[in-house]
Amino acid sequence: MSLALTSDEQRIAGGTDGAAMAMRIVAESAALLGAPRLIPIASAHIDGALYHGDSGTLFAERLVEGDARVAVRSTLNVGALDLMGCSRVRLEEPQRSMARRMMEAYRKLGCEQSWTCAPYQAGHRPAFGTDVAWGESNAVVFCNSVLGARTNRYGDFLDIACAISGRTPDYGLHIKANRRATLVFDVSALPPEFLASEIAWPVLGSLYGREVGNAVGVVTGVTQNPGEDALKAFGAAAASSGAVGLFHIASVTPEAPDAATALGGIAAETTILVTPDMVVSAQARLSTASVTDRIDAVAIGSPHLSLAEFDALERLMAGRRLAVPIHACTGRHVLTELDRDGRRKALEALGVVIVADTCVVVTPILPDRIGGVLMTNSGKFAHYAPGNTGYAVLYGSLADCVESAVTGRPVFARLGS
Amino acid sequence: MSAHGEILVPGKPGEGPALVLSAPISFWGGVDPKSGRIADVRHPECGQSISGKVLFLPGTIGSSSASAVLMELVHAGHAPAALVLHEPDAILLLGLIVAREMGWETPVAVKLQRETFSAFEGKQVRVGADGAIAVSG
Repeated sequence: MSLALTSDEQRIAGGTDGAAMAMRIVAESAALLGAPRLIPIASAHIDGALYHGDSGTLFAERLVEGDARVAVRSTLNVGALDLMGCSRVRLEEPQRSMARRMMEAYRKLGCEQSWTCAPYQAGHRPAFGTDVAWGESNAVVFCNSVLGARTNRYGDFLDIACAISGRTPDYGLHIKANRRATLVFDVSALPPEFLASEIAWPVLGSLYGREVGNAVGVVTGVTQNPGEDALKAFGAAAASSGAVGLFHIASVTPEAPDAATALGGIAAETTILVTPDMVVSAQARLSTASVTDRIDAVAIGSPHLSLAEFDALERLMAGRRLAVPIHACTGRHVLTELDRDGRRKALEALGVVIVADTCVVVTPILPDRIGGVLMTNSGKFAHYAPGNTGYAVLYGSLADCVESAVTGRPVFARLGS
Repeated sequence: MSAHGEILVPGKPGEGPALVLSAPISFWGGVDPKSGRIADVRHPECGQSISGKVLFLPGTIGSSSASAVLMELVHAGHAPAALVLHEPDAILLLGLIVAREMGWETPVAVKLQRETFSAFEGKQVRVGADGAIAVSG
């Protein structure tokens, strides 16, 4: 089955401008994936504006020079700089200027200045069943699983190429048959009090990702909708430890009114019965720090914190000053709300470092500290912090993170749980 | 020892020591884009460099920025000499597709069953522009 482009698509691809470059990238990807055609998309979320080196900046500027513009609504994922000036990014010249040029180039292409990895909580929520092209692994998995819109895991550069051409290869999760679950991830053997806890979702997500790889699974045994922030944490952790693009949770997510529907009426190929031991081991794996009597920083907000998560942070802090800073990463959609009634200033006065437009694992914000220990409640931060920041990670709940930040040493409410 | 890989993305033929990864890797967060060193502390080959190697990838996981990391390695001259993948990974290989659009020279990427990877371990390997994979010397 080879790729057939329409005459319009062929004409665009044959040009010399930015639109031509975008169409050729989409078409070459389609050919690589064995897609028979391109299909129109309703929106895009662009992960390509994060500076990893000069090559990405040069690519974006080449598109701008070629007069390219996005054809559909396109939000931007995090960049490498905090343009709101909340936190200090220690990116030195010439990298700093290249990162800024990159962010500017994506603005010129017509993308919205959302700068968040949680666009779905910033008003970008494509309708159920629509085809979109989203990048950023946590946004992809949320878009597919919780919103029921259809996207593959778009890599950097294909996302913007799809946004400019307004098209995407017809393959993978755009096709309904491929959205069917083939395995069951049964959590019914876990204690209800664990499932009701905050850490259940990032820990289970991390386990789920490692167990299923890139398969589509349905989680069973969940008796109550854990809420959007929990689903966000589950998906982000699963997409960090595995290649998860879509999950279902029976009676919670829109394509899984029940397990049988998610499975398409076919018996599961595999059933994973999750035991309390598996959870203990998955939770332990999130930490890389050896026994320690101090922490150097706390980071929360991967994916970016919602307003409800800031409410929880304020409740747990209860006006106490922090001995070590909590880096709270979020987007402008929440920052505006926090600024409106002085909450941001109050948090900052207690030692919280608000990080906007970016986050602590994608750009240097944490102080360079050999042997530094970072505590987090995020499965995604736990996964990426050691490689990207050099800090060892201690994983705990938000309550543990707050108590530890107040005292400056690791505090766990329930050791080993 | 030789095998024939299916061309995934055409590019420059390459020769170098084989680096057979024993676990899937996320390029973003797993590989330092400035040097090509494997930085994921949980990865079994952590500390080794993929730069200049014939890189055998049993699978890829994680972030959708893998393409950006690979393209940066290409642009900065730290790319693997060639890539051998068990299956086409659109996210990773996009780094090569876009680099080609930019007019930069990219290493060839081919597809080969991962069961045959181990035969190349520790050897000097050459991957031709036609997808031929052979132990050299």
